[in-house]
Amino acid sequence: MKLPIQVTVNGVRYTHEVEPRLLLVHYLRDVLGLTGTHIGCDTSQCGACTVLVDGAAVKSCTLLAVQADGASVTTIEGLAQDDRLHPLQEGFWEKHGLQCGFCTPGMIMTACDLLRRYPDPTEEQIRHGLEGVLCRCTGYQNIVAAVQYAAERLRAGAPPAPTR
Amino acid sequence: MFPRPFDYLAPESLDEVLAALAAEPDDTKVLAGGHSLLPLMKLRLVAPRRLVDLRRLRGTLAYVRPEDGGLAIGALTTYYALETDPLVSARYPVLAETAGAIADLQVRNCGTIGGSLAHADPAGDLPAVVLALDATLEAVSRQGARRLPISEFFVDAYTTALAPGELLTAIHLPAPAPRSGAAYAKFRHPASGYAVVGVAALLALDAAGRVATARVAITGVGEKPYRAQAAEAALTGASPTADTLRAAAAHAVDGVAPLEDLFASAEYRAHLTRVYAERALARALARAQAA
Amino acid sequence: MALMRMIGASVKRREDPRLITGQGTYVDDVRPPGVLYMAVVRSPHAHARIERIDTSAALRYPGVVAAFTGADVDLNLPTNAPLNRETPPPPHPALARERVRHVGEAVAVVLAEDRYVARDAAELVEVTYTPLPAVTSPEAAIAPGAPLVHEAFPGNVYVRIPRRGGDVEAAFRQAARVIRLEVVNQRVNSVPMEPRAVVAEYQRGDGTLTVWCSHQAPHTLRSLLAALLQLPESRLRVIAPDVGGGFGAKLNLYPEEALVPWAALRLRRSVKWVEDRRESLLTLAQGRGQVNQLEAAVAADGRVLGLRARILADLGAYLQLATALIPFLTTNMIVGPYDIPNVDCELVEVFTHRTPTDAHRGAGRPEAIYQLERLMDRIAAELGLDPAEVRRRNFIPPDRFPYRSAVGTVYDSGNYAAALDKALAMVDYPALRAEQARLRAQGRYLGIGIASYVESTGVGPSRVFHGPGWESAAVRVEPDGSITLLTGSTSQGQGHETSFAQIVADELGVPFESVRVVSGDTAATYHGVGTFSSRSMPVAGAAVVQAAARVREKALQIAASLLEAAPEDIEYREGRAVVRGAPGKALTFQEIARAAYMAYQLPPHIEPGLEATVFFDPPSMTYPFGTHICVVEVDPATGEVQILRFVAVDDCGRIINPLLAAGQLHGGIAQGIGQALYEESVYDAEGQLRSASLMEYAVPTATRLPRYELAHTETLSTTNPLGAKGLGEAGTIGSTPAVVNAVLDALAPFGVTHIDMPLKPERIWRAIAAARGASTA
Repeated sequence: MKLPIQVTVNGVRYTHEVEPRLLLVHYLRDVLGLTGTHIGCDTSQCGACTVLVDGAAVKSCTLLAVQADGASVTTIEGLAQDDRLHPLQEGFWEKHGLQCGFCTPGMIMTACDLLRRYPDPTEEQIRHGLEGVLCRCTGYQNIVAAVQYAAERLRAGAPPAPTR
Repeated sequence: MFPRPFDYLAPESLDEVLAALAAEPDDTKVLAGGHSLLPLMKLRLVAPRRLVDLRRLRGTLAYVRPEDGGLAIGALTTYYALETDPLVSARYPVLAETAGAIADLQVRNCGTIGGSLAHADPAGDLPAVVLALDATLEAVSRQGARRLPISEFFVDAYTTALAPGELLTAIHLPAPAPRSGAAYAKFRHPASGYAVVGVAALLALDAAGRVATARVAITGVGEKPYRAQAAEAALTGASPTADTLRAAAAHAVDGVAPLEDLFASAEYRAHLTRVYAERALARALARAQAA
Repeated sequence: MALMRMIGASVKRREDPRLITGQGTYVDDVRPPGVLYMAVVRSPHAHARIERIDTSAALRYPGVVAAFTGADVDLNLPTNAPLNRETPPPPHPALARERVRHVGEAVAVVLAEDRYVARDAAELVEVTYTPLPAVTSPEAAIAPGAPLVHEAFPGNVYVRIPRRGGDVEAAFRQAARVIRLEVVNQRVNSVPMEPRAVVAEYQRGDGTLTVWCSHQAPHTLRSLLAALLQLPESRLRVIAPDVGGGFGAKLNLYPEEALVPWAALRLRRSVKWVEDRRESLLTLAQGRGQVNQLEAAVAADGRVLGLRARILADLGAYLQLATALIPFLTTNMIVGPYDIPNVDCELVEVFTHRTPTDAHRGAGRPEAIYQLERLMDRIAAELGLDPAEVRRRNFIPPDRFPYRSAVGTVYDSGNYAAALDKALAMVDYPALRAEQARLRAQGRYLGIGIASYVESTGVGPSRVFHGPGWESAAVRVEPDGSITLLTGSTSQGQGHETSFAQIVADELGVPFESVRVVSGDTAATYHGVGTFSSRSMPVAGAAVVQAAARVREKALQIAASLLEAAPEDIEYREGRAVVRGAPGKALTFQEIARAAYMAYQLPPHIEPGLEATVFFDPPSMTYPFGTHICVVEVDPATGEVQILRFVAVDDCGRIINPLLAAGQLHGGIAQGIGQALYEESVYDAEGQLRSASLMEYAVPTATRLPRYELAHTETLSTTNPLGAKGLGEAGTIGSTPAVVNAVLDALAPFGVTHIDMPLKPERIWRAIAAARGASTA
C-alpha cells in the first residue's frame, strides 16, 4: 500500500507515493537524496537523524514519512542561506565542535531548536538540551563552545558568514 | 530498524478515528507522538497491521485550559507544551518539571501525555505524576464518553483500563489544595533516560501545618506505576519533620517486588526508591510550606 | 626544519565546510544505481551446530535477488597477528559452516532491491541449530573440562607468552611488603557514531571492483580483499570516504566487508550493507577484556622492586586482524612509567564463545596502565604515603632516556615528574587535600584520583611488527604552484586535511590554503598502511615532512640553476628562493614550480617535475606520557558520582595543531570516563549480549561529562623529524584510572579498597555497605 505525501523540505515541495512504514529519515536520504541527515542507532537514542519539522527538532528515524505529509522540514542542507553559513555552522567550525562529523547535522539541528527557546543559554541548558544527541568524538566541550558562539552571534544580529 | 509493513490512516475527525478503532481493535494501534510505539515497531517487538494517526486531531485534542481552578489537558498535548505552558507552571509546576525531565528535547517535541498514559510504560515519568495528582481521565469510544479515576487506570505493565476501541482524550487535574506542593525526583538511567526510579510526591497541609493529604506515586519500580499507600498512611495526620518523611519513605516499596534489570538489582532499586521518596517528599514539603 | 608558522597554529579545519553543511560522503551516502542491499542472518546461540539452513521462503519474498550461506561462500578471514607460532590460527569463515561460535555470528545473507525488503526476507531464513555447551567468560574458558571453542586449542588457550626481566625472586625476597591486586578491565564497545557500511560496485566493462568501506586502513583492506577474492590488487579500488569514527574497531576485515564484494562479483551487481546499531554492538570487535592479577614487591619507601603480572585476555571466538596482538601490547608496557627492573609477566590469551575483541582506543596500553595506577594508590594507602609521592619515587628519571624496560621496550624520551608536577599545580593539590578533609568532616566525600601514564604509539618499525609499519606521503606540486599531498593515512575525524597541510605549508613556505590533502582512496594515493596506534603524526606526518623536504630540496636546485647561483648560495625562506647577498635575484615557489613543468629552462641534470614520494619507516615506536587528575564527589546514599574537575597534562612532543590536539584529548578522556563509570559489554551466562542497544549501553551524554582542563609539557620524540609523538589514544589511557582512583579515594573513609569497572552507582553503594559490614537490607 503506498500513500501520497506532500512534504516541503528546505523550501522545496516534493510529492511522492511512499509505503507507510518508510521512515522520514529514509525518505530524506534515499528518496530525496539529502544524505546530510544520518542514522546512528535503531532505538531513537543517538539523535544523528535530527531535523526540524515545522520548526521543532525531531528525530527523523522515529517519524514516518507519512506523518510529515503537509509539513515543512528543514535539514542540515537547508540551513545555510545563499552560500552564507548559519551562525551555528560557523560556531562549530570556529570552535572545532566536530571531528568525524557524523553526529554534527543532528547536533546542529537540535541546537537550532535549543537556541530558539533559550537565546542566551547557560552551559547547563546547552548540555541538557543536547542530551538527545550522542557524540563519541568530541567529549562535548567544544560543542558547548560552538553553541555559545552561535548564541552570541544570533543575539548580536551579526550577518551570516560565507560557506568557505 | 525497519518496521514490518502496515496500513495507515490519518482520519480528519474524532468520529472517523473511533470508527477505525472499532473496526479492527486487535490489530490496530493508535499513533500519537509515536516515540514509544515506533521504536517497538522498528525492533519488530510489535507489528500492528494498522496504524491510526491522530495528527489531524491536534487542533481539538492538544490544549491546556483552566478548569475549576485546576487544569484540563488534551491528550495530544506534547511534553514540550506541558514543560512551557504558563498555566501548567502556575498551577502544577511538578507537571512542567516532570515533562522537562522526560527523555530529551527532540522526544519532548513529539511525545504526548495521552500517549504516555495509554502506553503505560512501567518506567514512564508522567504516569507517576498524574497518579500523585489524582487525575481523572476522559475516554471516548463509539459507545460514548466516560471518565476514569487514575487510580483504576494502570492495570499492569503496558496495560490500561481502556477498552478496545476506546481513545483517551483528556486529563483532568483538580484545583490544587491550598498549602499543597508536589515534586518529582527521578534517578535517570544513563543510557535510556527512563526512570530507574521516579517518585512523585504531593503533600497538602492543614491549618496547623500537619499533613492533610499525602500521595506518593512511584514509577520504574513495580510492574506498573503505583501509590505507596503505607508511606502515605505514615504521613497522613503527622507533623512533617525530616524524621517523619524519612520514616514514611522507608515504606515506599512495601508490598511491591521491585524490578530487576541490567542496571539495577531489586535490592538496590528498593533502596533508591526509599532515598528518592524522601527527596521528593522534602521538596514537596518545601513547596507546600511556601504556598 | 623550516620556519614554523603553521605548525603549532590552531588552524580551523579544512574538512569542516562540507561536514557542517551535510555535504560529507559517508559510505551509506554512496548509492550506485540498481544497488542491492544485503541483510545478515545471525546466530542466536553462543555455541551451536548448524543442522540446516532453508532460504527458500526468503528467496520467494518479492524483491529478493539472492541468498547465500556458508555452503556457497568459501571465504576464510585472515589474522595479521598469529602469535602462536606452533598452531595455525583457527579457521574463521565469513559465513559460518557447521558451527557457530558466538551470538551474532553471520550465518546467511540475503540480497534484495530495497533495504526494508532485505530485512523482511532475512527474517524468513530458517536455521535449525543444535545448541552446544558454551564458555561465556574467560574464567569459564580455562576451567578444567571446559567445552572447547576450537578443537585445536586445548584448554581454550590460544597462546601463553611469558615476558621476564631481571630477578623477580630476589626482588620479592627484598620486599618490605607484597601488595596484591586483581582488577578486571571490562569489555567495552567502541560505538563509532557511524555504523559499519560497505558498498561494492562492479564495473562490468573492465572487470574492476570499487569497494567503499567505513574503514581506517583502505590499502590494507584492499590487499586482504584482493587475496581473498583472488583479484589482482590493481583491479580493486578501495575508498574510505568520510568515516564517522573508528577508534580501532574499523581496522578489520569483517565478514560483511568480504561478503559484500564477493556478492558483487558473484551477482555482477553493486551491493551495499549498512549495519544497524544492534548488529554493531553485537559484532563490531569489542575492546579490552582482561583480568589482571598483579603482585608487587614493595620497599618500605614505596618503590616497586619487582612485579608479577598475570594477564588473562579474552579473545572471543575468532582472531580478527589484530586480536591476539592487543594483549601483547599490554605486556610491552607492563612497567608503565616506572623504573621496575624485575618483572615476571605471563600473558594467557583464551578463546571464549563471545564476539572477538580487537583494538579499541589505547589497544592494550590502557590495560597496562590501569592496573599500575591502581597499584600505586594501593601502595600509598597501605604504606601511609601520598599517592603523588609514591609515583614520583617510582618514575623513570629524565636522565635515563632512552630507557630500556625490564621487558625490553625502549622508551625514546620522557619527563614524567614534570607532567605530574604540572598537574598537581593545576589542581592546587595541597589545597584540594585540605578541602577534602574539610568536606569529610561535614560528611561529604570528595575524592582525588591521580593517574600517570606512558604509552607506545606509532607502529612501526616494520621489522619489529613483522608487517608494514611505514606510511607514505607524496607531495605533488602542480604547475601553478598549488600542492596536492597524497597520504596513505586516513582520517576518521582526526583532521588530517588540516594538520598535514600545515606541515607542508611550513616546509615549503607556501600558503596553507594552497595545499590540498588527498587520502582514503587507493586509486588516488600511493600505498599506505592506515590510521591506528596514534601514528598519524609520528609516522604519517614524518613521511609528509620528509616528502616536503625533498620537494624543497629540488626546488632549491631548480632555483639555483635558474638564478645562476650555486645551491649553497640560495636561501629558501617563506616561499622564496633568494640568492644570498643579491635580494633582487629571487624566485617564488610558484615560479619555480612553473619552471619545473615548463622545463625548457632546466639544465640536463634536473628532471622535469616537482614532486617527491617518501615511505617512512620509523626507527622505533614513540612514547607519549602524562598525568591526569580527577576530582569527584560521591553520594554514599546512592553511589552516584559527580565529576567536579578533570585535569590532564599530556606530552605528545611537538603539537602540530593545538585545537585538534585538544579535541583528541577531549574525546579520549570522554571515552575513558565512559569505561570508568558507565560502559560495559555485558554477556550473560548463556553468552547473550545483554547490552546490545543504546538503551542499555551507556555512551556518555553531554550532561554526564565534565569540562576538561588541559595543559602540555613538550618532550620531543627522537624517532621522527617532527619530534611528534601520537596523541589520539592518550586521553583514554590516563583518564580511566584517574576516575577510578578518585572514587576509591572518596570512599577510603569507609574502608573501600576495590571496585571493578564500570563504577556504577549500585556497585559503589554495595562496596560501601560491604566495607561497613552492615546489612544492605
